[in-house]
Amino acid sequence: MYRNRVGMQTVRKLVQAIWIFLMNGFWGFPITGNLYQGPLKVICSPGLNCYSCPAATTYCPIGSLQQLLLSVRFSLETGHYYIGTYVLGGMGLLGASFGRFICGWACPFGFIQELLYKIPSKKYSIPPVLNWCKYGFLLVFVIVLPLFFVDQFDLGKPWFCKYICPAGTLEAGIPMVLLVPDLRTTLGFLYLNKIAILIGVIFWSVVASRPFCRTICPLGAFYALFNRISLVKLDLDKDACTNCKACHKVCPVEIRFNETPGSGECINCMKCMTEACCFDAIYLNVAGYRLGQTRKGPAVISRQ
Amino acid sequence: MKGKLRKTPLVLLGFFLLLWLAGVSLGEPTRVLEQAKSICLECIGIG
Repeated sequence: MYRNRVGMQTVRKLVQAIWIFLMNGFWGFPITGNLYQGPLKVICSPGLNCYSCPAATTYCPIGSLQQLLLSVRFSLETGHYYIGTYVLGGMGLLGASFGRFICGWACPFGFIQELLYKIPSKKYSIPPVLNWCKYGFLLVFVIVLPLFFVDQFDLGKPWFCKYICPAGTLEAGIPMVLLVPDLRTTLGFLYLNKIAILIGVIFWSVVASRPFCRTICPLGAFYALFNRISLVKLDLDKDACTNCKACHKVCPVEIRFNETPGSGECINCMKCMTEACCFDAIYLNVAGYRLGQTRKGPAVISRQ
Repeated sequence: MKGKLRKTPLVLLGFFLLLWLAGVSLGEPTRVLEQAKSICLECIGIG
Protein backbone atom coordinates (compact mmCIF):
# COMPACT_ATOMS: atom_id res chain seq x y z
CA MET A 1 0.00 0.00 0.00
CA TYR A 2 1.20 3.41 -0.87
CA ARG A 3 0.09 6.88 -1.70
CA ASN A 4 0.85 8.58 -4.96
CA ARG A 5 3.20 11.32 -3.79
CA VAL A 6 6.12 10.52 -6.08
CA GLY A 7 5.89 13.96 -7.68
CA MET A 8 8.10 15.29 -4.88
CA GLN A 9 11.17 13.61 -6.37
CA THR A 10 10.49 15.27 -9.71
CA VAL A 11 10.28 18.58 -7.89
CA ARG A 12 13.57 17.80 -6.17
CA LYS A 13 15.30 17.07 -9.47
CA LEU A 14 14.00 20.37 -10.81
CA VAL A 15 15.24 22.24 -7.73
CA GLN A 16 18.65 20.57 -8.05
CA ALA A 17 18.86 21.59 -11.71
CA ILE A 18 17.89 25.17 -10.84
CA TRP A 19 20.61 25.33 -8.18
CA ILE A 20 23.22 24.09 -10.65
CA PHE A 21 22.33 26.95 -12.97
CA LEU A 22 22.17 29.50 -10.15
CA MET A 23 25.61 28.55 -8.90
CA ASN A 24 27.01 28.28 -12.43
CA GLY A 25 25.11 30.99 -14.23
CA PHE A 26 27.94 32.79 -16.01
CA TRP A 27 27.76 31.54 -19.57
CA GLY A 28 29.85 34.34 -21.03
CA PHE A 29 33.12 32.56 -20.25
CA PRO A 30 33.74 31.21 -23.78
CA ILE A 31 33.69 34.83 -24.96
CA THR A 32 35.61 36.43 -22.11
CA GLY A 33 38.03 33.50 -21.85
CA ASN A 34 37.95 33.90 -18.10
CA LEU A 35 35.86 33.01 -15.08
CA TYR A 36 33.12 35.19 -13.61
CA GLN A 37 34.59 38.08 -11.61
CA GLY A 38 31.49 39.96 -10.53
CA PRO A 39 30.22 40.89 -7.05
CA LEU A 40 28.02 37.80 -6.63
CA LYS A 41 31.16 35.88 -5.76
CA VAL A 42 30.93 37.28 -2.27
CA ILE A 43 27.92 34.97 -1.73
CA CYS A 44 28.44 31.54 -0.20
CA SER A 45 27.55 28.62 -2.44
CA PRO A 46 25.32 26.27 -0.41
CA GLY A 47 26.68 23.15 -2.12
CA LEU A 48 30.16 22.05 -3.12
CA ASN A 49 30.81 24.09 -6.26
CA CYS A 50 34.34 25.15 -7.21
CA TYR A 51 34.73 28.92 -7.53
CA SER A 52 37.40 28.40 -10.16
CA CYS A 53 34.73 26.91 -12.41
CA PRO A 54 34.50 29.42 -15.29
CA ALA A 55 30.71 29.62 -14.91
CA ALA A 56 30.65 29.79 -11.08
CA THR A 57 28.80 32.79 -9.66
CA THR A 58 29.41 32.15 -5.95
CA TYR A 59 32.33 31.12 -3.74
CA CYS A 60 32.86 27.58 -2.51
CA PRO A 61 32.83 27.59 1.31
CA ILE A 62 35.31 24.72 1.56
CA GLY A 63 37.74 26.34 -0.89
CA SER A 64 37.48 29.77 0.72
CA LEU A 65 37.80 28.42 4.25
CA GLN A 66 41.03 26.67 3.33
CA GLN A 67 42.37 29.80 1.61
CA LEU A 68 41.71 31.88 4.72
CA LEU A 69 43.12 29.31 7.12
CA LEU A 70 46.28 28.69 5.12
CA SER A 71 47.10 32.40 5.17
CA VAL A 72 45.87 33.19 8.67
CA ARG A 73 49.38 33.84 10.07
CA PHE A 74 50.26 36.09 7.17
CA SER A 75 46.98 37.99 7.64
CA LEU A 76 47.59 38.54 11.32
CA GLU A 77 51.19 39.61 10.73
CA THR A 78 50.01 42.19 8.21
CA GLY A 79 47.39 43.59 10.55
CA HIS A 80 44.35 41.89 9.08
CA TYR A 81 42.03 39.53 10.86
CA TYR A 82 40.94 37.26 8.07
CA ILE A 83 40.45 34.18 10.19
CA GLY A 84 37.49 32.67 8.39
CA THR A 85 34.62 34.03 10.48
CA TYR A 86 32.72 35.31 7.45
CA VAL A 87 32.94 31.99 5.63
CA LEU A 88 32.30 29.89 8.74
CA GLY A 89 29.39 32.17 9.65
CA GLY A 90 27.87 31.71 6.20
CA MET A 91 28.32 27.94 6.33
CA GLY A 92 26.85 27.84 9.84
CA LEU A 93 23.82 29.90 8.85
CA LEU A 94 23.11 27.47 6.02
CA GLY A 95 23.79 24.42 8.18
CA ALA A 96 21.72 25.59 11.15
CA SER A 97 18.84 26.43 8.81
CA PHE A 98 18.76 23.42 6.52
CA GLY A 99 21.29 20.79 7.67
CA ARG A 100 21.82 18.28 4.89
CA PHE A 101 18.73 19.38 2.96
CA ILE A 102 21.37 21.27 1.00
CA CYS A 103 23.07 17.99 0.02
CA GLY A 104 19.81 16.50 -1.19
CA TRP A 105 18.36 19.56 -2.86
CA ALA A 106 21.04 22.08 -3.81
CA CYS A 107 24.43 20.44 -4.31
CA PRO A 108 25.60 20.26 -7.95
CA PHE A 109 28.07 17.47 -7.30
CA GLY A 110 25.44 15.47 -5.41
CA PHE A 111 23.09 15.85 -8.37
CA ILE A 112 25.78 14.66 -10.77
CA GLN A 113 26.31 11.56 -8.63
CA GLU A 114 22.59 10.85 -8.62
CA LEU A 115 22.53 11.01 -12.42
CA LEU A 116 25.54 8.68 -12.62
CA TYR A 117 23.81 6.20 -10.33
CA LYS A 118 20.99 5.94 -12.87
CA ILE A 119 23.36 4.26 -15.33
CA PRO A 120 22.35 0.59 -15.38
CA SER A 121 24.92 -1.59 -13.61
CA LYS A 122 25.26 -3.89 -10.65
CA LYS A 123 24.79 -1.80 -7.50
CA TYR A 124 26.75 -2.10 -4.27
CA SER A 125 26.22 -0.75 -0.79
CA ILE A 126 28.84 1.26 1.10
CA PRO A 127 30.08 -0.08 4.45
CA PRO A 128 28.74 2.30 7.13
CA VAL A 129 32.16 2.62 8.72
CA LEU A 130 33.35 4.57 5.65
CA ASN A 131 30.80 7.29 6.45
CA TRP A 132 33.12 8.47 9.20
CA CYS A 133 35.90 9.26 6.70
CA LYS A 134 34.27 12.52 5.61
CA TYR A 135 34.69 13.94 9.11
CA GLY A 136 38.39 13.07 8.86
CA PHE A 137 38.64 14.90 5.53
CA LEU A 138 36.96 17.95 7.08
CA LEU A 139 39.19 17.98 10.12
CA VAL A 140 42.51 16.99 8.56
CA PHE A 141 42.47 18.23 4.96
CA VAL A 142 40.34 21.36 5.38
CA ILE A 143 41.37 22.59 8.83
CA VAL A 144 44.49 21.03 10.36
CA LEU A 145 46.81 20.68 7.33
CA PRO A 146 46.12 24.13 5.79
CA LEU A 147 46.39 25.75 9.22
CA PHE A 148 49.50 24.07 10.60
CA PHE A 149 51.62 22.82 7.69
CA VAL A 150 53.12 26.09 6.52
CA ASP A 151 56.16 27.02 4.45
CA GLN A 152 58.89 29.55 5.22
CA PHE A 153 56.49 32.36 4.33
CA ASP A 154 53.95 31.13 6.89
CA LEU A 155 51.60 30.02 4.13
CA GLY A 156 49.92 26.64 3.97
CA LYS A 157 48.25 24.81 1.11
CA PRO A 158 44.61 24.16 0.23
CA TRP A 159 45.10 20.44 0.84
CA PHE A 160 41.60 19.23 0.09
CA CYS A 161 41.25 21.25 -3.12
CA LYS A 162 44.78 20.54 -4.24
CA TYR A 163 44.97 16.81 -3.66
CA ILE A 164 41.42 15.47 -3.37
CA CYS A 165 38.44 17.47 -4.59
CA PRO A 166 36.97 15.76 -7.67
CA ALA A 167 34.27 18.45 -7.92
CA GLY A 168 37.02 21.02 -8.54
CA THR A 169 38.60 18.82 -11.21
CA LEU A 170 35.28 18.30 -12.99
CA GLU A 171 33.97 21.84 -12.70
CA ALA A 172 37.20 23.81 -12.98
CA GLY A 173 40.30 21.71 -13.73
CA ILE A 174 39.07 20.22 -16.98
CA PRO A 175 37.12 23.27 -18.26
CA MET A 176 39.97 25.70 -17.55
CA VAL A 177 42.49 23.51 -19.36
CA LEU A 178 40.14 23.41 -22.35
CA LEU A 179 39.49 27.15 -22.13
CA VAL A 180 43.10 28.31 -21.64
CA PRO A 181 45.47 26.31 -23.89
CA ASP A 182 48.56 27.77 -22.21
CA LEU A 183 47.69 25.88 -19.04
CA ARG A 184 48.23 22.55 -20.79
CA THR A 185 52.00 22.98 -20.65
CA THR A 186 51.87 23.09 -16.84
CA LEU A 187 50.02 19.82 -16.32
CA GLY A 188 51.83 17.23 -14.28
CA PHE A 189 51.49 14.56 -11.65
CA LEU A 190 49.18 16.68 -9.52
CA TYR A 191 46.67 16.96 -12.35
CA LEU A 192 46.88 13.27 -13.18
CA ASN A 193 46.31 12.44 -9.51
CA LYS A 194 43.17 14.56 -9.47
CA ILE A 195 41.93 13.11 -12.75
CA ALA A 196 42.46 9.62 -11.32
CA ILE A 197 40.44 10.53 -8.21
CA LEU A 198 37.68 11.99 -10.39
CA ILE A 199 37.52 8.85 -12.55
CA GLY A 200 37.43 6.72 -9.39
CA VAL A 201 34.56 8.75 -7.94
CA ILE A 202 32.66 8.64 -11.24
CA PHE A 203 32.91 4.84 -11.44
CA TRP A 204 32.04 4.50 -7.76
CA SER A 205 29.00 6.74 -8.31
CA VAL A 206 27.74 4.45 -11.04
CA VAL A 207 27.80 1.39 -8.78
CA ALA A 208 27.02 3.01 -5.40
CA SER A 209 24.66 5.78 -4.40
CA ARG A 210 26.34 9.14 -3.67
CA PRO A 211 29.68 7.72 -2.51
CA PHE A 212 31.46 11.08 -2.43
CA CYS A 213 28.76 12.70 -0.29
CA ARG A 214 28.77 9.81 2.13
CA THR A 215 32.46 9.17 2.56
CA ILE A 216 34.54 12.15 1.41
CA CYS A 217 32.64 15.44 1.26
CA PRO A 218 33.83 17.82 4.03
CA LEU A 219 30.92 20.17 3.40
CA GLY A 220 28.49 17.28 3.84
CA ALA A 221 30.32 16.43 7.07
CA PHE A 222 29.89 20.00 8.30
CA TYR A 223 26.17 20.09 7.48
CA ALA A 224 25.76 16.64 9.03
CA LEU A 225 26.66 18.15 12.40
CA PHE A 226 23.41 20.15 12.21
CA ASN A 227 21.06 17.51 10.84
CA ARG A 228 19.53 16.66 14.20
CA ILE A 229 19.01 20.26 15.29
CA SER A 230 18.57 22.31 12.12
CA LEU A 231 15.65 24.71 11.79
CA VAL A 232 14.16 22.59 9.01
CA LYS A 233 14.55 18.85 9.44
CA LEU A 234 12.88 15.55 8.78
CA ASP A 235 11.38 14.08 11.90
CA LEU A 236 9.66 10.91 13.04
CA ASP A 237 6.31 10.58 14.75
CA LYS A 238 7.08 7.52 16.87
CA ASP A 239 3.41 6.99 17.71
CA ALA A 240 2.52 6.74 14.04
CA CYS A 241 5.48 4.55 13.03
CA THR A 242 4.57 0.89 12.67
CA ASN A 243 8.16 -0.23 12.07
CA CYS A 244 7.13 -1.57 8.66
CA LYS A 245 10.66 -0.73 7.42
CA ALA A 246 9.39 0.73 4.15
CA CYS A 247 11.65 3.74 4.75
CA HIS A 248 14.72 1.46 4.84
CA LYS A 249 14.04 0.21 1.33
CA VAL A 250 13.89 3.55 -0.48
CA CYS A 251 16.72 5.40 1.27
CA PRO A 252 19.48 6.34 -1.21
CA VAL A 253 22.07 6.59 1.58
CA GLU A 254 21.04 3.33 3.26
CA ILE A 255 19.96 4.64 6.62
CA ARG A 256 17.10 3.28 8.67
CA PHE A 257 15.20 6.49 9.21
CA ASN A 258 12.74 5.18 11.77
CA GLU A 259 15.62 3.89 13.90
CA THR A 260 17.90 6.91 13.54
CA PRO A 261 15.83 10.02 12.79
CA GLY A 262 18.11 13.03 12.46
CA SER A 263 21.04 10.89 11.37
CA GLY A 264 23.94 12.92 9.99
CA GLU A 265 23.94 10.62 6.98
CA CYS A 266 20.41 11.59 5.91
CA ILE A 267 20.48 13.95 2.92
CA ASN A 268 16.81 14.82 3.48
CA CYS A 269 15.76 13.85 -0.03
CA MET A 270 12.34 13.05 1.49
CA LYS A 271 11.96 9.81 -0.47
CA CYS A 272 11.04 7.97 2.72
CA MET A 273 8.39 10.56 3.50
CA THR A 274 6.88 10.83 0.04
CA GLU A 275 7.38 7.40 -1.47
CA ALA A 276 7.52 4.95 1.40
CA CYS A 277 5.72 5.88 4.60
CA CYS A 278 1.98 5.24 4.47
CA PHE A 279 1.36 6.32 8.03
CA ASP A 280 2.52 9.93 7.98
CA ALA A 281 5.13 8.97 10.53
CA ILE A 282 7.83 10.98 8.75
CA TYR A 283 7.24 14.69 8.50
CA LEU A 284 8.89 18.06 8.01
CA ASN A 285 9.70 19.76 11.27
CA VAL A 286 10.20 23.52 10.99
CA ALA A 287 11.47 25.08 14.22
CA GLY A 288 9.51 22.49 16.20
CA TYR A 289 6.26 22.69 14.24
CA ARG A 290 5.00 19.94 12.04
CA LEU A 291 4.44 21.05 8.48
CA GLY A 292 1.49 19.50 6.70
CA GLN A 293 -1.48 17.59 7.97
CA THR A 294 -1.46 15.07 10.76
CA ARG A 295 -3.21 11.84 10.05
CA LYS A 296 -4.20 9.20 12.52
CA GLY A 297 -3.62 5.60 11.55
CA PRO A 298 -2.77 4.13 8.15
CA ALA A 299 -3.02 6.69 5.41
CA VAL A 300 -5.15 5.00 2.80
CA ILE A 301 -4.86 2.55 0.38
CA SER A 302 -4.61 -1.09 -0.10
CA ARG A 303 -3.01 -2.53 -3.18
CA GLN A 304 -5.32 -4.90 -4.98
CA MET B 1 0.37 23.06 13.06
CA LYS B 2 1.17 21.37 16.32
CA GLY B 3 4.45 21.45 18.16
CA LYS B 4 6.65 23.43 20.46
CA LEU B 5 9.20 25.99 19.37
CA ARG B 6 12.72 24.53 19.19
CA LYS B 7 15.18 27.08 20.49
CA THR B 8 18.46 25.33 19.63
CA PRO B 9 18.45 26.18 15.90
CA LEU B 10 17.55 29.78 16.70
CA VAL B 11 20.44 30.07 19.14
CA LEU B 12 22.78 28.54 16.55
CA LEU B 13 21.50 30.89 13.87
CA GLY B 14 22.14 33.82 16.21
CA PHE B 15 25.66 32.59 16.91
CA PHE B 16 26.55 32.11 13.26
CA LEU B 17 24.97 35.42 12.32
CA LEU B 18 27.25 37.12 14.86
CA LEU B 19 30.23 35.24 13.43
CA TRP B 20 29.24 36.29 9.91
CA LEU B 21 28.82 39.91 10.99
CA ALA B 22 32.20 39.83 12.72
CA GLY B 23 33.72 38.65 9.43
CA VAL B 24 31.96 41.44 7.56
CA SER B 25 33.19 44.06 10.02
CA LEU B 26 36.77 42.77 9.66
CA GLY B 27 36.60 43.15 5.90
CA GLU B 28 36.77 39.45 5.15
CA PRO B 29 34.26 39.57 2.25
CA THR B 30 36.74 41.69 0.27
CA ARG B 31 39.41 39.03 0.75
CA VAL B 32 36.98 36.23 -0.15
CA LEU B 33 35.94 38.12 -3.27
CA GLU B 34 39.58 38.66 -4.29
CA GLN B 35 40.25 34.94 -3.99
CA ALA B 36 37.07 33.85 -5.74
CA LYS B 37 37.62 36.21 -8.67
CA SER B 38 40.93 34.66 -9.62
CA ILE B 39 41.64 31.14 -10.81
CA CYS B 40 43.28 29.11 -8.08
CA LEU B 41 45.52 26.93 -10.24
CA GLU B 42 46.82 25.07 -7.23
CA CYS B 43 43.24 24.29 -6.20
CA ILE B 44 42.32 22.69 -9.50
CA GLY B 45 45.40 20.53 -9.76
CA ILE B 46 47.51 22.77 -11.98
CA GLY B 47 50.79 24.26 -10.87
